[in-house]
Amino acid sequence: MTTTPTVAFSARLRHAEHVMGTVVSFDVPLSARHDGSLEAAIGWLHWVDRVFSPYRPDSDVSLLAAGEVTADACAPEVAEVLAACARLRFLSQGYFTAFPGGRLDPSGYVKGWATERAASLLSGAGSASHLVNAGGDVQCAGTRAGGEPWRVGIADPFRRGGLALVVAARDCAVATSGIAERGAHILDPHTGRPASGLASLTVVGPSLTLADAYATAAFAMGSAVAREWTASLESYGAFAITSDGETWQTAGFARYAGHGGVLRDAHVAQAGADPRRERRRLRPVRAARIGQVVAHAQGD
Amino acid sequence: MRRVILVVTATVAGLVALLSFKTHSSDPERTVASPTTQPTLQPGERAVTGNVANTIYGPVQVRVLVKSHKIVKVNILEQPQSTNMDVQIGQYAFPRLISETLTSQSARIDAVSGATYTSGGYINSLQSALDNGA
Repeated sequence: MTTTPTVAFSARLRHAEHVMGTVVSFDVPLSARHDGSLEAAIGWLHWVDRVFSPYRPDSDVSLLAAGEVTADACAPEVAEVLAACARLRFLSQGYFTAFPGGRLDPSGYVKGWATERAASLLSGAGSASHLVNAGGDVQCAGTRAGGEPWRVGIADPFRRGGLALVVAARDCAVATSGIAERGAHILDPHTGRPASGLASLTVVGPSLTLADAYATAAFAMGSAVAREWTASLESYGAFAITSDGETWQTAGFARYAGHGGVLRDAHVAQAGADPRRERRRLRPVRAARIGQVVAHAQGD
Repeated sequence: MRRVILVVTATVAGLVALLSFKTHSSDPERTVASPTTQPTLQPGERAVTGNVANTIYGPVQVRVLVKSHKIVKVNILEQPQSTNMDVQIGQYAFPRLISETLTSQSARIDAVSGATYTSGGYINSLQSALDNGA
């Protein structure tokens, strides 16, 4: 498992790893390669995949779900994750569940948790500046090179390749749940039907583990319930785009805003623009803010 | 194990100046000559076509246009479309992946947060395009 870039004049390294059914990209100091922490973080993610993947018949989670083993026979992290899922289920009034569709599948927790821990392996080795992005769920430490905050775009579900806004982040996590990739794939556990009312919901806060779980739970709540619930979350803020193209954000999210920067062109790529979908753009009444607001996020 | 390694070299001004790629991929993917018409190239541009990467949803193939060691455009030559959901997913996921590819060379956006996407086929075909001389 070697990573040997052929050219490396700068102090940064970007690496993309295909793992956990998605791509996890790293932006790290070169020291993370020399001291082995990038390798350790990648190895950790593959280990998590082997133990927790519901798509691997021999994973601990698959064997546990099939009743072939008990939790005692699994890696100790399995019990840790299931206990955390149970706490989140309680915190979210049942909207977060490790049993979507009735079968054990803690993936909604595992990805954020594994990614945050991968980032902490880099911190533990001394890195003060890195970003780990697991298929759109982001944990960052410090700032990017030069002291500027990391710029994390939030995908606009109605504008392909476009961004709804950009979070200027330092030492924090950004997680988004949405319908865009696989249809309405998040079920409301109370009705067993796809959650409605939201096209995308982003949570910003110190921990990706919680931000990701909160985003999943809030998305399942639908717009009105999610707005109330996310407003009650300490140290976390939420930004939502509804099915109608309206947006709202909590005071917790707004608290991060206000550092004044304006991103002039949030539309990062024209590739694949589809005029048939343009009519579903975010509504003009809010459009003045969309793509122009730079929220400033900082972990507590 | 499939890898894409991007090493970004920044100038003093912070501009991305050069990209270098190295792969550890050894997937036995078939290589297929591009069935589509060749793109119109600007001076200094080169087109490199990736292998067909087979995914459980269907084949994926990409082509990149390279100029001055930098990817300037990514075309999707082939993508899964046997079901409506495949088409919907493709309509959403590929622009995201393309924008990630391009912005990974850009100083403006460090990451894009959104609904989780799967991208194995895209990455594999992109990697082989890079291996083929991008």
